[in-house]
Amino acid sequence: MSEQRAENFISKINAAKQDRNWQQVFDFIPYFSFLGLRLEERESGLVCVLPEDKKFIGNPTLPALHGGVVGAFLESAALVHLMATQEVTRMPKIINITVEYLRSGKPIETYAEAVITKPGRRVANMRVEAWQKDRSKPIAAAHANFLVS
Amino acid sequence: MSDMFDINQIQTIIDKGIPHCAEIGVKIEKMGADGVVFYLPYQERFAGNPVNGVLHGGIITTLIDSAMGMSIYARLEKYLPLATLDLRIDYLKPATPGEDVYTHSFCYKTTRQIAFVRAIAYHGDRHDPIANAVGTFMLKSTDSPALDMVAERVRAAQ
Repeated sequence: MSEQRAENFISKINAAKQDRNWQQVFDFIPYFSFLGLRLEERESGLVCVLPEDKKFIGNPTLPALHGGVVGAFLESAALVHLMATQEVTRMPKIINITVEYLRSGKPIETYAEAVITKPGRRVANMRVEAWQKDRSKPIAAAHANFLVS
Repeated sequence: MSDMFDINQIQTIIDKGIPHCAEIGVKIEKMGADGVVFYLPYQERFAGNPVNGVLHGGIITTLIDSAMGMSIYARLEKYLPLATLDLRIDYLKPATPGEDVYTHSFCYKTTRQIAFVRAIAYHGDRHDPIANAVGTFMLKSTDSPALDMVAERVRAAQ
């Protein structure tokens, strides 16, 4: 049963890749639905979008996004980028992530772009950056390793 | 020192002062000189793997980040504004679907401006952790009011 569901999931990823429509995969991953993630194809590449939502606030007086949400968004953007650009036969597994917080994130729409620093056979090393209104002023950056096989 | 912290009062501070923690249902179990213990009841909506229901790493990041902040308050015995500078998490094993996730966080050093913290996440057994983390935080990061004052204002406004 679970094997069948896993196969079903991989086929969803492949279908999304073919149709260039990631919504069906996002809808299938509960935490991505909770975050309300979207993927946009821009000239510069794939951009992951975290919508504006009051439920992501960590500090209500600034106000600012919760640091955990920012970290979770960067991790998600890296994972999405891996699934979208690499051949996947299983769900990549996060090994570790280091998040650097550069500016306080406002509770507005936030974007993230990931690059694969090294697409290894077993491990993919990734770098991710998140920004809000101004691409040249990132609010956070992360590097992460994913187990891909 | 642990007598200084009233767990119910701190739960109110979390619920009123940190909207995202209230949203996901972060609970505090302990707070004292040896750090803090937070936990998050298992919820399917936070699964990262739809096939087996394993929690997404991001929700564990959020739980750890929140507990780290509180462990700084535990050490300093006040709720001054904090900002995370960096946070590194090693995911040691997948969380077990259906089980609550605990995190123990301890602030082991503060300077005038910076706090250094370590934390683990686990289910029942602290010696078999799900994740290990280290973080650094900026103290008095803004002129905004301290967390307990924020919570008090929100409560008064309701």
